[in-house]
Amino acid sequence: MEHVSGFSLPNSGHNRDAEASKMGMWLFLFTEILLFGGLFIVYMVYRSLNPEAFLMASFELNVWMGTTNTVVLLVSSMTIAMSITAIQKGNRKLSIQLMVLTLVAAVIFMVVKYFEWSAKIEHGLFPGQAVYDNLPPGESLFFFLYFFMTGLHVFHIIIGSVVIGFAIHRTAKGRTTKEKYTLTENAGLLWHLVDLIWIYLFPLFYLIH
Amino acid sequence: MTSKAMSLSYLQGKNGIFSWIFSLDHKRIALLYLYSILTFFITGATLGVLMRLELLNPGKDLMEAQTYNQVFTMHGVIMIFLFIIPSIPAIFGNFFLPIMLGTDDVSFPRLNLLSWWIYIIGAIMALSTLLWGDGPADTGWTFYAPYSVKTGTNVTMSVLAAFVLGFATILTGLNFIVTIHRLRTPGMTFLKMPLFAWALYATSWIQLLATPIIGITLLMITAERVFGVGLFDPSIGGDPILYQHLFWIYSHPAVYIMALPAFGIISEILPTFANRTIFGYKAIAFSSLAIAFVGYFVWGHHMFTAGMSGTARIIFSVMTFLVAIPTSVKVFNWVATLYKGSINVQPPLLYALAFIFQFMIGGLTGVVLGALAADIHLHDTHFVVGHFHYVMFGGTGFALFGALHYWYPKMWGRMYNKLVANIAFVFLFIGFNMLYFPMLVLGLMGMPRRYYDYLPEFHVPNMISTYGSWILATGLLLMFGNLIAGAWRKREPIGRNYWKTGITLEWQTLSPPPVSNFDRMPVLPKNGPYDYDNKPEIEE
Repeated sequence: MEHVSGFSLPNSGHNRDAEASKMGMWLFLFTEILLFGGLFIVYMVYRSLNPEAFLMASFELNVWMGTTNTVVLLVSSMTIAMSITAIQKGNRKLSIQLMVLTLVAAVIFMVVKYFEWSAKIEHGLFPGQAVYDNLPPGESLFFFLYFFMTGLHVFHIIIGSVVIGFAIHRTAKGRTTKEKYTLTENAGLLWHLVDLIWIYLFPLFYLIH
Repeated sequence: MTSKAMSLSYLQGKNGIFSWIFSLDHKRIALLYLYSILTFFITGATLGVLMRLELLNPGKDLMEAQTYNQVFTMHGVIMIFLFIIPSIPAIFGNFFLPIMLGTDDVSFPRLNLLSWWIYIIGAIMALSTLLWGDGPADTGWTFYAPYSVKTGTNVTMSVLAAFVLGFATILTGLNFIVTIHRLRTPGMTFLKMPLFAWALYATSWIQLLATPIIGITLLMITAERVFGVGLFDPSIGGDPILYQHLFWIYSHPAVYIMALPAFGIISEILPTFANRTIFGYKAIAFSSLAIAFVGYFVWGHHMFTAGMSGTARIIFSVMTFLVAIPTSVKVFNWVATLYKGSINVQPPLLYALAFIFQFMIGGLTGVVLGALAADIHLHDTHFVVGHFHYVMFGGTGFALFGALHYWYPKMWGRMYNKLVANIAFVFLFIGFNMLYFPMLVLGLMGMPRRYYDYLPEFHVPNMISTYGSWILATGLLLMFGNLIAGAWRKREPIGRNYWKTGITLEWQTLSPPPVSNFDRMPVLPKNGPYDYDNKPEIEE
């Protein structure tokens, strides 16, 4: 064995490793699923304890707004997936345009959500308001879970949008290229997860009768 | 780079506080974790000594009942969330995992630094509850609803702190999994990894898959307190038992977050000081995964008296017994490793042996608690406290001390006084058993936990226990004093392989290691990481 000056290890943690970044993202998504999983368990248990109340309360929700948002999110999932394909083919401009479209969809989603929530708050259904405090047992749990779960979901929409914003910036600067597009891909993965969670939230709150 | 610059250790080079608190080097981050975690350990231990002092005599000795409630909650929160959950992975995992895998850092160095910062923010949040309002939480570290929703103390902040600390855990776990998958040195297959890496791998999966559940549960408690909803309040259709389920779905696997890395440490220390290959490498490696897996399905044993169907209780009880199987596989393998080894008795080995002895007591009392009939009698008594401390302190705590003494020469390139280390060990071992064994007896006699007062017939064991806490505290002071004093002792030549018989990759590099960990390509033993027959020659 000899001393090699300037020796460096082949497997360095400071090397660029797209595979590792993607693996990290997937692991993070597992934790996200479990985070919402805890809430789904609570929803499931409370729905089975108070089936009538949950049913009554769910009639208060606006199915049309929920449906609009579902469609908007599904389309946005498509645009972000297309944006990844675009950068893989080396079309930076198209990739950026598609990501911007995704952000537009995110904004539409939040605007619809804003109107939906304000309508509920106007009716005094937010925790702490007068009507809410006098709801029959069970219904208040439904609304609490509704605000908590959709609120946490909107929070993820915001985080996802910020990540997509970074991806746009990096692509515009030319640092994301045909060969190095991990950030765009990870932003896409995160966005699909946000979409996926909504796909479960929508029927649980709006559709089951 | 010249060969001289190559041998510059990670402790040299850049200086100043910012070169530490913003360092991306996993070894410096490990030391940041070490110093902060041990600070909190000493804080928590002080609270523990105060509690024992209160229990010296029946009646009020030192503090009011309410203060006692807050002290045991603070002791629990600090020891669980700030000390024992991060401890071994964040300190020794961070320091040695990349070196043992033969790489120069973890996969995401920046996330690694972020995790320490999150940890510090969480710690400040947890400790800030001391300063304002009605003082720290008085719920116990479990924050059981509905009391945690009703009490006026600073539960919200404690709960948020635990939530934030969870992120630090998740990031560390995520980092380690990716590092193990992506950065093993060429030729090191999964089954040629050191057992410490295996233990960390199993731990990391638990960290990743269990922590989010407590995160969301604690967020619900926070929302409940902020909006006053009563999510777990039966009068509006909620269920307080559901909180307990959610809490233990995380917190039971978390027990294995605390214990598995300790198993890894013992599996490293024993071959080095028995100077022979570990017995049953694969059995030890896979039993870690088995414990991690089975550990997910036993949480109900914390709630045998809380109201569950008989079927559920029997299933949880059987699953709990199952955990004992992979655990005893490990213990038998460790003992078999010592058999016919050429044993070199050094301080780290003493800690490892104490670990096996104490962990056996902790584990077997755990089986007693897992039995339905016995648990009805022992639930919420001092027996549980004794069991838990035998596992966590007698197990993980002693493994951590063992690791400190084992890797000390590698981490700092210096050495502590071995005679003092041995004396401190004797104090710790005697003090520990004197402190916690009487608790097992008290529990059997029927003394409940979490009371600041007790009936006169419990006096004698309580006195012995408190005297034990003084011996233990002396031992801790001696041990830490000795380790710290090592920094001023005259340097002796440490060499690469201080114990001469270390065989994993960290013993092939300089002590302390250079910034990029290796100054030459590490050589793997031919048949697996503990192949003492084909030990690579290590030149100085």
